[in-house]
Amino acid sequence: MSVNGNQRVDLEVVANLIPPQSRVLDVGSGDGSLLELLQDTKQVDGRGLELSQRGVNECVARGLSVIQGDADKDLEFYPDKGFDFVVLSQTLQATRNPKLVLDELLRIGNRAIVSFPNFGHWRVRLSLFVKGRMPVTADLPYSWYDTPNIHFCTIRDFVNLCEELGATVEKATALDAAGQKIGLSMPWWFWNFFGQQAVFLLKR
Amino acid sequence: MAALRAGKTNNEADQPSSPVLRFGPDKPLKLDAGTLLSPFQIAYQTYGTLNDARSNAILVCHALTGDQHVANTNPVTGKPGWWEVLIGPGKIIDTNRFFVICSNVIGGCLGSTGPASTNPATGKPYGLDLPIITIRDMVRAQQMLIDHFGIEQLFCVLGGSMGGMQVLEWASSYPERVFSALPIATGARHSSQNIAFHEVGRQAVMADPDWHGGKYFEHGKRPEKGLAVARMAAHITYLSEAALHRKFGRNLQDRDHLTFGFDADFQIESYLRHQGMTFVDRFDANSYLYMTRSMDYFDLAADHGGRLADAFAGTRTRFCLVSFTSDWLFPTEESRSIVHALNAAGASVSFVEIETDRGHDAFLLDEPELFAAINGFIGSAARARGLTS
Repeated sequence: MSVNGNQRVDLEVVANLIPPQSRVLDVGSGDGSLLELLQDTKQVDGRGLELSQRGVNECVARGLSVIQGDADKDLEFYPDKGFDFVVLSQTLQATRNPKLVLDELLRIGNRAIVSFPNFGHWRVRLSLFVKGRMPVTADLPYSWYDTPNIHFCTIRDFVNLCEELGATVEKATALDAAGQKIGLSMPWWFWNFFGQQAVFLLKR
Repeated sequence: MAALRAGKTNNEADQPSSPVLRFGPDKPLKLDAGTLLSPFQIAYQTYGTLNDARSNAILVCHALTGDQHVANTNPVTGKPGWWEVLIGPGKIIDTNRFFVICSNVIGGCLGSTGPASTNPATGKPYGLDLPIITIRDMVRAQQMLIDHFGIEQLFCVLGGSMGGMQVLEWASSYPERVFSALPIATGARHSSQNIAFHEVGRQAVMADPDWHGGKYFEHGKRPEKGLAVARMAAHITYLSEAALHRKFGRNLQDRDHLTFGFDADFQIESYLRHQGMTFVDRFDANSYLYMTRSMDYFDLAADHGGRLADAFAGTRTRFCLVSFTSDWLFPTEESRSIVHALNAAGASVSFVEIETDRGHDAFLLDEPELFAAINGFIGSAARARGLTS
């Protein structure tokens, strides 16, 4: 599911975390942009799971291995450690049960890569604080009543969930509004405030 | 077919108007029923050229009442091949690029050994003396045909409905010989509802007084009425309510009022009667019994201890499954359960569900999304196989 409206600045960050020839499952593969990038630049053995039939058909027509399915329901059919990497890119917030989905990702992949829009970003906070309205930003272009996003979290929330699931954060990157990485030396509160998107590499 | 009607025998069964491969007593076909079929023959068609590496061969598996004439004019009906819309020079399955093979399945009536073929032991048609043929038997015979061409690994095996069952059986029985597999509008087993419809068809055939316990050729007859009824019932399952309604509704046929009788007042009646009549011209009644039985017996999970995933354990074949939203013979759920099993087996699999109201038969029609999926899948498999266009 392509939940995001603008350019996917996180895709390259995700791709850089994946070594060539890995076995990758992309959960929520959308139109297949990430899989195609990984296939073309990293020669990965890539598979996709995508909710929308339109997205799936587009992916298959592009020569990608993608099946129609729901991250909330269908991950149970994948074997333990069947992939080197399982990617959940800009999809976590649209799942019904993010905790269960994350748990499944850590079971299916040796590593899980999760990217999501940070609801702790200052613009979001400002919008709610000043205007008293749910934020509509370039990153989160939907109105509250027609958004596919039902479980927003902040970077800090996500880190807490990882702890709860016994997942180790191997790498974490926050991207600012311009898609630039925020320096690793910065403290969590800074990331949580200025990071518009976050990319996590997890293992259990 | 004129020959079928006039001679009351089926000339195509023994001497087909297509190439035929004959296996003598030294090469019997081992049947699931526990017996050997020997001698036996397979009729087939090929299109395109096998490359030097023998790596560009595509096996097309036909459905229940299909045949080997997939991309050439059918010698019996005079109509285009049943998948000519898909296969040919410059088409989605480009015969300038690929070597396409399609065989008439064992149990059929267009040149592969079936109930209409002459039983060498008696000099008469086999009739019901032919052992029951399973999907696996058909595939075993196809495999002997592929051996004959010296092809170690098929680039792709594809087919719809019963053809899709053969694709699944191929991928399960001979995984190392199938580089990619494309089962369309099919299932890993025949549901009880499907078996029920087939039983209606078989009972219709066997209730026809001209059936003569299956020995109708010897009586110079053919159970045409029974077979036509069987086809009419089956044909309904190939369509969808929406498609039927759009096409026919309750429209009357060549009249503006009801006759208050049992003529074909409605267009749908007249359409089904036509379907039934044209079918008996080209198909053998006993063969219909055998073909339907082969589908009924198919249960790939049962063949592997009840776990479908075990049918594909360790497979390296690339799969793409296709289903249609309005197919009630093989609904999407059937494909989805195969996809789940393939995932559990760690297989490479794509799955496309195509939105259409044309029902099960959509796989035989000009469906742009189907063609886009096949094109994308075959193209990417060809790149992976190192086949350049």
